[in-house]
Amino acid sequence: MADVAVVEKKEAIKFGKKERKLLTDPLDDNNPITVQVLGICSALAVTTGLKNATVMAVAVVFVCVFANTITSALRKSIPKQVRMIVQLVIIATLVTVVELTLKAYAFESYKQLSVFIGLIITNCIVMGRLEAFAMANRPYESSLDGLGNGIGYGIILLIVAFFREFFGKGEIFGAKIIGATPDYMINTAESAWLGWYQYNNLMVLFPSAMFVIAVLIWAHRAWNPKLVDVS
Amino acid sequence: MHSTASVMRFVLIMTSIVAMLLAFLQNGLKSKHDTNEAIYSKKATLGAIANHLSIDYSQISDEQVEEIFGSKIKQIVVNSDGEKVPEEKVEEKGYKGGLAESVDLAKEHKKPLDEKLLPLYVFTKDDGKEYYILNVRGKGLWDAIWGCVALEDDFNTIAGVSYDHKAETPGLGAEIKDNKAWVKQFIGKKIYDGDVFRSVYVRKGGAKDPVYEVDGISGATITADGVSKMLAKGIAEYEPYLKKLRG
Repeated sequence: MADVAVVEKKEAIKFGKKERKLLTDPLDDNNPITVQVLGICSALAVTTGLKNATVMAVAVVFVCVFANTITSALRKSIPKQVRMIVQLVIIATLVTVVELTLKAYAFESYKQLSVFIGLIITNCIVMGRLEAFAMANRPYESSLDGLGNGIGYGIILLIVAFFREFFGKGEIFGAKIIGATPDYMINTAESAWLGWYQYNNLMVLFPSAMFVIAVLIWAHRAWNPKLVDVS
Repeated sequence: MHSTASVMRFVLIMTSIVAMLLAFLQNGLKSKHDTNEAIYSKKATLGAIANHLSIDYSQISDEQVEEIFGSKIKQIVVNSDGEKVPEEKVEEKGYKGGLAESVDLAKEHKKPLDEKLLPLYVFTKDDGKEYYILNVRGKGLWDAIWGCVALEDDFNTIAGVSYDHKAETPGLGAEIKDNKAWVKQFIGKKIYDGDVFRSVYVRKGGAKDPVYEVDGISGATITADGVSKMLAKGIAEYEPYLKKLRG
């Protein structure tokens, strides 16, 4: 008797053109922040300094990759009726893992980011990728997609944080570059030549993140005309 | 479409796995979390006397914090009547070890004044001079603010302060912690006018009195007012004990 069982054709795991596109697309043509305008909330909140932005970016990359991979691995057994809840539980678990790990090994960052780490759960990018990509693709491709989107988000975060920290506090990664030092009142020789720059405190406040992101969106479109919406 | 039973089964299995995983992680890291919390608050205490430490405060390591706490700091707990509370009594109230560092300030803050436990740290500098570090707690714009105030041994001059907050706005209210120049203003201010307790006031628009006032923070009036209130109320609670020490 002939074997009638349909064997699903297994594609080999490779890193070709399609896979590369999965990884690079979210960095440019399909950037979660500047093109899809997702994840804006945390981009406003944690970009006051590069250090925080870096920790946040790494955390989101981690959550994105693993949430995508796990969801994708379970995609055939997740009941359709409760799929959103299941996705949410997966994300929440990963975020809690990040939070507990930070609390144990990077306490200063944990204190500063506090509530925003928990808010990764509500980050639209993570949930969006699970629903749009991981539920329909294999774990390997999904992990690449997660990595791409995480990095795409992280890069914008770092760019915004750079401008805000540099012009708002005169620092990069907490190291003083320009502007008056805390010892300014004592008026050291150093503060005389560094002190000419008056900090723009607006850059530290949330509205400035709006301006910076808006300018980034504009610059991105000017540089990549494909993105301009002609309709 | 999955049947209700299979959905239930899936959810049940998933939640148990997740719960187990997180419980393991939480338990495994618990001791590390506790040490981190303890060091963080000790570091904040030392922040009030940053200028008087023999090492650079901004570069201080966790081991150095522990070492200073072990060798140069005496911890006592007092009450609002100006009496020392013995360690056993503190332990009875649910604080393990009975030391000042074990007292939960958020919890004590809510108690009526006569039940409050007030932690006090006495730091002895290398040259033998003593500094008294008090804990104060109040309310900012969004949530709690707290701080440590170090007094010199005349119990009148402020040797330094360090503030922290739960949720003040970065660039505005959060400046009470982040803006080192603003915090420095408190050094050398007095809290007594003759024998009358006066505290230090954060004046919107700039200090008018060189001895009892400091400049406010533009855009953070409510947080700054919170600091003024916190200092006046917080230091006053220690006053009976300070009076005894003054003699």
